[in-house]
Amino acid sequence: MSYEVVIGLEVHVELLTKSKIFCSCPTSFGDEPNTNVCPVCLGLPGVLPVINKRAVEFAILSGLALNCKVNPRSKFDRKNYFYPDLPKAYQISQYDMPVAEDGYLNIKVNGETKCIGITRVHLEEDAGKLIHAENGDYSLIDYNRTGVPLVEIVSEPDLRSHEEARVFLENLKRILQYTQVSDCKMEEGSLRCDANISVRLKGKKELGTKTELKNMNSFKAVQKGLEYEIKRQIDSLEKGERISQETLRWDEGRGLTVSMRSKEQAHDYRYFPDPDLMPLEVQQEWVEKLKGLLPEMPLQKKERYITQYGLPEYDAEVLTFSMDMADFFEDCVKEYPEPKVVSNWVMGELMGFLNAERIDITETKVTPLNLAKLLHLIDKGTISGKIGKTVFEEMFKSGEDPEAIVEEKGLLQISDTKELEKIVDEVIKINPGPVEDLKSGKKKAMGFLVGQVMKQTKGKANPQIVNKILRNRLK
Amino acid sequence: MKYFGLKVHEAHKLIKDREISSEQLTKSIMDRIEDVEGIVHGYVTVTKEYALKKAREMDKKIAEGEEPGPLSGIPCAIKDNICTKDILTTCSSKILKNFKPPYSATVYQKLEEQGCIMIGKTNMDEFAMGSSTENSGFFTTRNPWDPARVPGGSSGGSSAVVAADEALFALGSDTGGSIRQPASFCGVVGFKPTYGRVSRYGLIAFASSLDQIGPITKDVRDCALILNAICGHDPMDSTSVSADVPDFTRFVDKDIKGIKLGVPKEYYTMQIDDSVKKETGEAVTNLANIGAEKVELEMPYTAYALPAYYLINPAEASSNLARYDGIRYGFTYEDAENLLEAYKKTRSSGFGPEVKRRIMLGTYALSSGYYEDYYLKAQKVRSLIARDFDQAFKNCDVIVTPTAPTVSFRTGEKIDDPLMMYLNDIFTVPVSMAGLPAVSIPCGFVNGLPVGLQIIGKPFDEGTIIKVASAFERMLALDKVKPLFGSYVRGGA
Amino acid sequence: MEITKGNVEHVAELARLEITEHEKDIFTEQLSNILDYVEMLNELDTKEVSPTSHVVPLVNVFREDEIKEVLKKDEALKNAPEKEDGYFKVPRVIE
Repeated sequence: MSYEVVIGLEVHVELLTKSKIFCSCPTSFGDEPNTNVCPVCLGLPGVLPVINKRAVEFAILSGLALNCKVNPRSKFDRKNYFYPDLPKAYQISQYDMPVAEDGYLNIKVNGETKCIGITRVHLEEDAGKLIHAENGDYSLIDYNRTGVPLVEIVSEPDLRSHEEARVFLENLKRILQYTQVSDCKMEEGSLRCDANISVRLKGKKELGTKTELKNMNSFKAVQKGLEYEIKRQIDSLEKGERISQETLRWDEGRGLTVSMRSKEQAHDYRYFPDPDLMPLEVQQEWVEKLKGLLPEMPLQKKERYITQYGLPEYDAEVLTFSMDMADFFEDCVKEYPEPKVVSNWVMGELMGFLNAERIDITETKVTPLNLAKLLHLIDKGTISGKIGKTVFEEMFKSGEDPEAIVEEKGLLQISDTKELEKIVDEVIKINPGPVEDLKSGKKKAMGFLVGQVMKQTKGKANPQIVNKILRNRLK
Repeated sequence: MKYFGLKVHEAHKLIKDREISSEQLTKSIMDRIEDVEGIVHGYVTVTKEYALKKAREMDKKIAEGEEPGPLSGIPCAIKDNICTKDILTTCSSKILKNFKPPYSATVYQKLEEQGCIMIGKTNMDEFAMGSSTENSGFFTTRNPWDPARVPGGSSGGSSAVVAADEALFALGSDTGGSIRQPASFCGVVGFKPTYGRVSRYGLIAFASSLDQIGPITKDVRDCALILNAICGHDPMDSTSVSADVPDFTRFVDKDIKGIKLGVPKEYYTMQIDDSVKKETGEAVTNLANIGAEKVELEMPYTAYALPAYYLINPAEASSNLARYDGIRYGFTYEDAENLLEAYKKTRSSGFGPEVKRRIMLGTYALSSGYYEDYYLKAQKVRSLIARDFDQAFKNCDVIVTPTAPTVSFRTGEKIDDPLMMYLNDIFTVPVSMAGLPAVSIPCGFVNGLPVGLQIIGKPFDEGTIIKVASAFERMLALDKVKPLFGSYVRGGA
Repeated sequence: MEITKGNVEHVAELARLEITEHEKDIFTEQLSNILDYVEMLNELDTKEVSPTSHVVPLVNVFREDEIKEVLKKDEALKNAPEKEDGYFKVPRVIE
């Protein structure tokens, strides 16, 4: 029998504000435990929350970037449950009036574009971090993360495979990074993903029983966790078993999903409006102002690269993967208006070195202006393309200006015909064999001779001129 | 010398004229506490050394030429649900018996800045849940007028210590009547400002949409002085309003001719003691005699305020009190095998019966399947009650009612019947539900026990309340009548 | 509204309260009485009434995104009954 997979994602993203959502503690990651806390985020008796305006703006921006409708009025609610990482024993979240609703995100899978609905985008506070002792006897709590602003993004159950889910998540990440509301570092927990998964027989209307899968801490984990859970559900159905509605945890080590709680054990969160926080009223004016801050989104940028720069789709895709990469490319094209050449260098040399060094585009010493200068040097024949690569490597290492490098290292291309004629004559003299070969029509020998000239000049000879001289001499 | 009987404005005059020092005044209060606290039991903590040190510092400043403000060097008591940095703040609960907050409430900061000398933290019903102070997790406070009776609650400690001259004034908090009802029972002035007038930052939350801090004083002028000191916008409290704060003493000793006095018939037909009804009725007549104009009102939703309140209040409380789990502060049950057991044992042995009852009730009212019938319904009724007041204030300037349906009752009399106890708040709760300002001032006696008159004002119109209360006080001079236990002198006289 | 002992047990669990058999009986009775009393709210038709969760009509109460003073480490942990290496400490977590 053939099954259809139905997946909806709930993605939590930490916002890049300086301070926490309801107090003025820093949001920095990786500090000593319980050093970024104050009475408010520790939930001490008597404290009150005051909302960070930038967090609201980032939530609105997230909504706009995902094509959502920004609600003119929204409010904060308390989600009540006991857990030691939650110092007030309630999380301030948004229940029935989120900041934004009804959006979508287009993804491209196997060459086809698919529109995935975004149900809602809401603001909430993050919880602390619990570290379980190895022997399991006790746990330790660090409240530094408590109160870091989050948006929760909920998708419609429009995803039909783990592959679609992965692409959706990648696109979502890229959009939020473009919008600069989050760094979306899954390894630091600033992007976290839960999934609702069900399967049904193809052609059936009603949804199957769903399970909720948590604790997928990397893109790989999302892929593997979903794959496992889909297979588990299909296998169960094949065996004639029923799927029970439950919350599962992805166990990365063992590579399987483990039940956390059943439907009967589900939390009763007792949501109610937080009396300590006033509602939000988002006027159209404010929305428009924020809209003006939105950058061009990855998909639009990609399309533009194809039409405006005439780049192949593959190049456009790779270059727009991050906004910093795209900016680098375009800044370079401004100085050197040959988009495909720039693209080749960015995708080939630059990305090659970045990957080898495992650093980000924002960390490279090469500037777009310097790359453009390098390309001009090659065009003008000041250096050869081959030397260009050597120069680029030096630029990557030192961040120096290419002209300075060429000068310093004496890499100027030799285009002086007289000088080259001398060298060519020398080469002809000491290589009578290949010269004969060439004369008798063996074209291959030409390459050998040019190579010898290059060797003598340490690659600096202008190959076109060398060719020309050789041909003249051996006519 | 015995200065403890002074009012704030009287003591200020003496300090300003360099006739007494803050240290003398504070010592006098400490002596008084020594003498009568064994009967009253109003304080959970007396901060004697801290107070004397602060008083001496103040005296030094004054000696060096600093002009004393109206509250400089004035000893005061703070209800034990208001956070005071590094000083025990217990909410009269075992669960916070060892809690020393690392920060101070905004109101306390304000009082400190103005030179007040805190002499102690006062007893209350645990987490402010109660109307008799019998729900304190530590001990019961007595009514200075009759120690066999309750001082009211939950600000029973604050009211009793002011009535017994163990402090020149006190801060209390009012959620459904917790300042006004004990003020009424103890024969002092208790003011609940408009919701949003006084910062709640540092007030340990009970029912957040209702809680408000206010003064408990010996007379109306003192009340105006303290309001001047504590009102105003606070960026740390999102529900705090940035309305202008007038000098409230400007409303003291003013003519009330032409003031329209709303008298809602519902307040006089609900369950109320005849004697209390008679006293408050006379108060209205007296006010009319000095020029106020009586306006009969109908406020049909009055009776629904209490049941709605007893859903909203426990619901919010159940959430506010969930944080007491023994992990970050407070009492903890030490021998728990696991976290769940630690939670349950800590909370069960740390909270008293009334707190548990409200947590249970509130949890139920919010739980899945009941939210709409209970919590949401109550919030809708809350809108109706507010509408009642809006309508009423179209025809009058203030509304005058009894503060409580009875005078102080005997300790133990109502403690086993929660519903009976809740009915104490029947006249104060509607005001809280609408977030309005109101004062309770003494208006007479029944069998030697004080009766309180509640004067309710429009939002942020505390001034008119002060005006009416002051005129009334001047007429009857009940502020001069004091409970007759122990010996006292009227200082400065 | 009749509240059962089962309701009381469920609510106690939700609120993380351990209550004795005796308390269960008392709470069942008392909560029933209170809920009976509250029942009178149903006399009112509130279909067209919007709920009040705040009595003051404020909206958009914000602070700027600024970092201010945090608690000193020993202050943050000062009131903690159990701590270790700068962390708060709790017994074994089982749900």
